[in-house]
Amino acid sequence: MNNLIKGTKFEWETIIGLEIHAQVKSNSKLFSSSSTKFGSKPNSQVSLVDAAMPGMLPVINEFCVKQAIKTGIGLKAKINQYSVFDRKNYFYADLPQGYQISQYKYPIVGEGVVTIDFNNGESKDIRIVRLHLEQDAGKSLHDQNPVKTYVDLNRSGVALMEIVSEPDLRSAEEAALYITKLRSILMYLDVCDGNMQEGSLRADVNISVRKPGENYGTRCEIKNLNSIKFIKQAIEFEAKRQIGILEKGGEIEQNTLLFDSLISKTRPMRNKEEAHDYRYFPDPDLLPLKIEDSLIQSLVKEIPELPDERKKRYINDFHLSNYDSSVLTSEKQTSDYFDKVLESDNDLKGSAKLVANWITSELFAILNKHDLDIHQSPISPEHLGILIKLIISDKISGKIAKEVFEEMFQSKESPEKIVKEKDLIQVTDTKEIEIIIEKILNDNQDKVREYKEGKIKLLGFFVGQAMKESMGKANPKKLNQILLNKLR
Amino acid sequence: MKIDKNTTLKIAKLCRLRIEERETEELSSQLSSILDWVEQLNEVNTDNVEPLSNVSTAELPLRKDIENSEDKSKDILINAPEKLENYFVVPKVVE
Amino acid sequence: MEFSSITETLKTIRSKKISVEELSNIFIKRIKDSKNLNAFIYFNEEDIIEQSRKIDKLSNNLSLKGIPLAIKDLFCTKNMPTTAGSKILSNFHPTYESFVTQKLIDQGSVFVGKANCDEFAMGSSTTTSFFGNTINPVSPKGKQLVPGGSSGGSAAAVAAKLCLGATGTDTGGSIRQPASFCGVVGIKPTYGLCSRWGIVAFASSLDQAGIFANSIEDASILMKEVAGYDSNDSTSAKIRIPDYYKNLNQDVAGKIIGVPKEYTLPGISDEINNVWEEAIKLFEKGGAKIKKISLPRTKYALPAYYIIAPAEASSNLARYDGVKYGFRSNENNSLDEMYELTRSEGFGKEVKRRILIGTYVLSAGYYDAYYLKAQKVRKLIADDFTLAFKDCDFIMTPTTPSQAFQIGEKEEDPIKMYLNDIFTVPASLAGIPGISIPFGKSKEKLPLGIQLLSKHFDEQTILNAGLYLEKNNE
Repeated sequence: MNNLIKGTKFEWETIIGLEIHAQVKSNSKLFSSSSTKFGSKPNSQVSLVDAAMPGMLPVINEFCVKQAIKTGIGLKAKINQYSVFDRKNYFYADLPQGYQISQYKYPIVGEGVVTIDFNNGESKDIRIVRLHLEQDAGKSLHDQNPVKTYVDLNRSGVALMEIVSEPDLRSAEEAALYITKLRSILMYLDVCDGNMQEGSLRADVNISVRKPGENYGTRCEIKNLNSIKFIKQAIEFEAKRQIGILEKGGEIEQNTLLFDSLISKTRPMRNKEEAHDYRYFPDPDLLPLKIEDSLIQSLVKEIPELPDERKKRYINDFHLSNYDSSVLTSEKQTSDYFDKVLESDNDLKGSAKLVANWITSELFAILNKHDLDIHQSPISPEHLGILIKLIISDKISGKIAKEVFEEMFQSKESPEKIVKEKDLIQVTDTKEIEIIIEKILNDNQDKVREYKEGKIKLLGFFVGQAMKESMGKANPKKLNQILLNKLR
Repeated sequence: MKIDKNTTLKIAKLCRLRIEERETEELSSQLSSILDWVEQLNEVNTDNVEPLSNVSTAELPLRKDIENSEDKSKDILINAPEKLENYFVVPKVVE
Repeated sequence: MEFSSITETLKTIRSKKISVEELSNIFIKRIKDSKNLNAFIYFNEEDIIEQSRKIDKLSNNLSLKGIPLAIKDLFCTKNMPTTAGSKILSNFHPTYESFVTQKLIDQGSVFVGKANCDEFAMGSSTTTSFFGNTINPVSPKGKQLVPGGSSGGSAAAVAAKLCLGATGTDTGGSIRQPASFCGVVGIKPTYGLCSRWGIVAFASSLDQAGIFANSIEDASILMKEVAGYDSNDSTSAKIRIPDYYKNLNQDVAGKIIGVPKEYTLPGISDEINNVWEEAIKLFEKGGAKIKKISLPRTKYALPAYYIIAPAEASSNLARYDGVKYGFRSNENNSLDEMYELTRSEGFGKEVKRRILIGTYVLSAGYYDAYYLKAQKVRKLIADDFTLAFKDCDFIMTPTTPSQAFQIGEKEEDPIKMYLNDIFTVPASLAGIPGISIPFGKSKEKLPLGIQLLSKHFDEQTILNAGLYLEKNNE
């Protein structure tokens, strides 16, 4: 795939590495029992530990450790059975301890891999360098007051997993695919809720450009991006900015940048601290974290089927296309829904493609229109299964099915009940259809004549009329057959 | 290790201490002599010695994931030098 | 009644010869009569009376019922402000009670006040406190001696009988050294024996709470109450706490006492070595065997300590930034200016010096040469002790290289001041328990101390040996 960007003079390659901060799904914080609930009253979910009161000490949350191990397993990574918590020292208003407890030299998870899939069916492995556990900071509000900053520590101490990739990504597209895939894996594992709007998943983007084949250029880091759209925009802008400087003979200054989403531009952080010196050292309040083999083995058993495996299953077992399989598996909820439909009736297994189509077109459209998630769908997988069964067994036509579908969405009733109540069962009885056709042909003798004289296009007219007469219930295949016979 | 005035100021900046010009000289020389003194450690052969961070040989205790969601803001803010509507307040930060 | 020992006083309280309130009034008077010592940062008569009245109604079985204690102002206390001897916490009112002081409250003791200490426990003389110097009660007429530090207020209060016991913390000698200077018993237990939860941190891998008392018996009673596992301190030890008092046994016959040759230093006064000699003889008289041992890396303990402790402190003290609690400078046009002025005005000289050193040794390019090196040397020092304890039951040394010195002495040279801790720091680095027992007197009739060290969690052995020394000390 050619990802090169044309400058005015040369072609350029973009080199991108991502640091993803994923909030660990847990009830309480990494080192304290405060709630992780989002949107609470300011400073209400803050323990004495989170506020760094004198003499307070951290005690690690076992569940967060397990979540990190599960993530490591999901990233096909090495789980380090010895890891150490370090203090990363710096001053900031929403960093109450004056240091962040993180992992530096000895992270809990080592090297792994995430496979990204392109629309054309190709895929690429993005290497993971490491994953470590760390605390989140609080939140500073700068826009409430012209001369003051307000600080809310509710997030302070919430567990994060920092997942660092190698600089293996080569375009904004690839970066978007990577974060989409990683998010999907985290959500399959149920270790992160994946909610980017609420900040549960944020990315720092390291980006540089080079002429193909040359050494890596000087990189800049764009901080704290919380939507895939912004990540793409930021990368696109920043790559062009760097290319512009280099083509004019300038040099890239290594810098930490912020992305202004209103104007889609990056800019250096104004608060440029003197070169960071975080003075990492092992947190003397905590001992090294040792992980038993048995714990890893028991967690391996808890790992669900992940998107890559599911996709393979859809392609192999259901003969779905690569594209359909990717669409279905990218969100666990969608994939679960699909599986439930298929599991609801063995006869549907042969019609997986039809099921996939109904989900990705009809269901997605109607959910979208009503701004609902698939898990909020008023149409249960079982009901959708029954509906599709009615189609494949010729009980109703596809067109009627769409009507029934709308009705199911409104009333949450079963399709059988709707079909019965509205008398929508397809007419497959030949005699009955013949009677209808006779009537239509009789009523339109002039058109029959024209047809016989060669105006074959009129067939459509007769089908339409007959369908209308049957209130849409006539089996279209039979109707066609009989009509053609009669007109011969 | 000889600590010059600039190093002293740089270190002071890192740990957010303001050093007055008149203090810098004395402080630099005190820091220098303390560092010179601790450098005796270089006499000790520490090849293949594991650093000791904590003498405790216990396992790191793990806590169950049980949340406490009661509103603790009163306790948290009671000692704050400046606060408003449940927020801590600090001079404006420019990002 | 003299009311100078916990054992005696408990008997009197339990027999109802005196109420807790009456007892407290006696101590209130003593404290008021000794205001000149400046042993307390916080003292509130009404609060003491209120506590006493409540305790009077409690069960007679409480193991410390009515016992007046001084609390080093490093322990966070709900009903009394907590300053750590610093301006930066001068207005801090904790909403929580430290684990150790809560245990003491639960046993019915009365807190007579918050004892003065060096700022953030950084010092060996209690002269770095924002709240003024504490005077050693043994000071001869016309002289003002330091009580030692950092727990100088606690040691002075116990020595002057302003209370019957006190809490302290010991990071490099901050209990043992003032105990020696003031002529009381001071114990630094094994690292991890007492929870650090709620104690203002100085150097987390070294800090340990402990106690002062006027006798080994009293100290043993207190030890049992302050020790114990705390699930909120990840370095707290999960061990069964023995009944130190009940188990006291002063028979030292057959015990092997290690006497390390490296604790004989040039330049240390004969009187220190003489007292040490006397103690050795006394133990031999009791049937103990003396074994010359070697702790070869002793010399390097102090420099290693003065890297590790300031490094940890520089990070532990980063939270004092004027945002959440404590002092904030009035001048603050930007966040960074607020930080810098708050911390510069809020911290004293010694604290700032140590923060600077600690920041330096952790900074990029110097970490391996200083901090990592010091941690490796720390390992070797700990190994020295492990090896030595294969050959002896406990180790005996002087507690300090000198008697109590005058206020103002050694102030101009930080390193001279640091040398006070030369005999106490090695045990701190190894995390082993240490006790200082008053023994002998200097030529100027000032108290001196003998330090006993034992294996991790073997406090009983040195309490027993200490009892022997105490009972046979004439």
